[in-house]
Amino acid sequence: MNTLASRARPAAPAWPALWRRVAPLAWPLGGIAVMLFVWWLGGLYLASNPETMMFANFAPGPTFAALWRMLGETALWDAIGASLYRIGAGLFWGALIGIPLGILIGYFSLAMRMANLPFQFLRMISPLAWMPLAVLIFDSWDGAIVFLILMAALWPIVFSTAHGVKRIDPGWFKVARNLGADSLQMLRRVILPAVMMDMMAGIRLAVGVAWVVLVPAEYLGVTSGLGYAINDARDTLDYAALTAVVLVIGVIGYALDSVCVMLMRRFNWQLEG
Amino acid sequence: MGATISLNAISHRYKPGAATVLEDIDDQIKSGERVVLIGRSGCGKSTLLHMIAGLLMPSDGCVKIGGRQITRPSAKWNMMFQKPSLYPWMNVRDNVGLGLLFAGASKADIAERVDQLLEMVGLADKSRVNVQSLSGGQQQRVALARSLATRPDVLLLDEPFSALDAFTRASLQQEVAGICGELGITLVTVTHDIDEAILMADRVLIMAQNPGRIESRLEVGLPWPRDPASNEFQQRRRALMDLFQQTDSVTPLPEKDRDGGRLRRVSNG
Repeated sequence: MNTLASRARPAAPAWPALWRRVAPLAWPLGGIAVMLFVWWLGGLYLASNPETMMFANFAPGPTFAALWRMLGETALWDAIGASLYRIGAGLFWGALIGIPLGILIGYFSLAMRMANLPFQFLRMISPLAWMPLAVLIFDSWDGAIVFLILMAALWPIVFSTAHGVKRIDPGWFKVARNLGADSLQMLRRVILPAVMMDMMAGIRLAVGVAWVVLVPAEYLGVTSGLGYAINDARDTLDYAALTAVVLVIGVIGYALDSVCVMLMRRFNWQLEG
Repeated sequence: MGATISLNAISHRYKPGAATVLEDIDDQIKSGERVVLIGRSGCGKSTLLHMIAGLLMPSDGCVKIGGRQITRPSAKWNMMFQKPSLYPWMNVRDNVGLGLLFAGASKADIAERVDQLLEMVGLADKSRVNVQSLSGGQQQRVALARSLATRPDVLLLDEPFSALDAFTRASLQQEVAGICGELGITLVTVTHDIDEAILMADRVLIMAQNPGRIESRLEVGLPWPRDPASNEFQQRRRALMDLFQQTDSVTPLPEKDRDGGRLRRVSNG
């Protein structure tokens, strides 16, 4: 924050204007600085205590060194690829099942009344609880993990889509029917565009939950992915690498969320302001 | 364009055994005729309009448009509502062309027809504008263009101007009646506004409630376009007012009933 401000000083008259441009970036950067500082203090604490000295590599310095090294190796990229594939596949199935299900539940109030209780019940079961069952059903670990991601992603998508359909202005249906729309045209021209935003909001929630569930799911059985990489680093006592993977998980999670937000803006038909 | 509408012995209950909403409605509307259904809230005038549109089936009797019984909605008999219900994810053009898109028209045909319609309703310069940025009157014009796009034989208006300010309402009333006259479209308007009835109708059907029925009819018989300031207009309005009062043996209605408020105000003036 301060460095940015001092750099702006030579152009003294333009100072407020420049600050206004920089400020939106400065605050988040300041937040990150605080986080790094706390992390660094934590590292100092670990290093200062003889009992925890062996964990001093959790600190920022060793972590960034390890991260830099790992970015040049294929192992990290393979792990990222494996994890992204799993979350992509899980979300794909989640959307493929969740969107039609959500539209159905939102459109027919009877379906809503029937589905609400069982779905609320299923929703509250941790996706990881399905693990033993998933392992029995799917012959590959990959399949089992994709299934767990699906179970995590499904509910936010279903509920958000159903909620969106329920909120559709009844006038829109009436007008479309009046203009001679058949069911398919109604779906394509009215229902889907009307709930696109709610669907994307559901997918955004799903991405969040799925990304959180993915790492523990990868602790089990598989030998690839970011969750496995964390476990592997722990087993080899490479704590710097472990923290580096945690950083990577955070960054990718943030990036995925940003993509969702971008898509939500893209499909937002509400006039702002 | 234009088509006859015949209402044949229509009676309606929402459920068997429930109160009769409409009873023995019978009328022949000529092709190209402009008819207004007027009555208090709850007299079933809007229900009747929904039946003409094919959005609701009467439990007895039938509606025929151009001799064919109505069983479903169609872009050929098109209804406009109080709310324009434009689709906010489409711009003005796409909203207007939607009925044509549903009918499977080619892109070039849609574009040509939409341009022509936007010209007609005076929104040619708003073609690519977001519909949410339009005023209420402009939105209703877009809805009008959307309804006209499919070259309907019949246009049905369900109090479509009641949410607009007085000036916008007056100009749209004249315009819609004018456009329908020009294109020969049969126009049926539902309203509770005496002035609107005289402004837009060749013939007014006065409805009474409990059960909903056509109680009397009035031929307006004034030349188009109507001039609300003329003596003849005022005379017609008074005549309709009198019919209305006979029809309902008017008892003072509670203040919150907007129909009642309007009627009293008109009769005092």
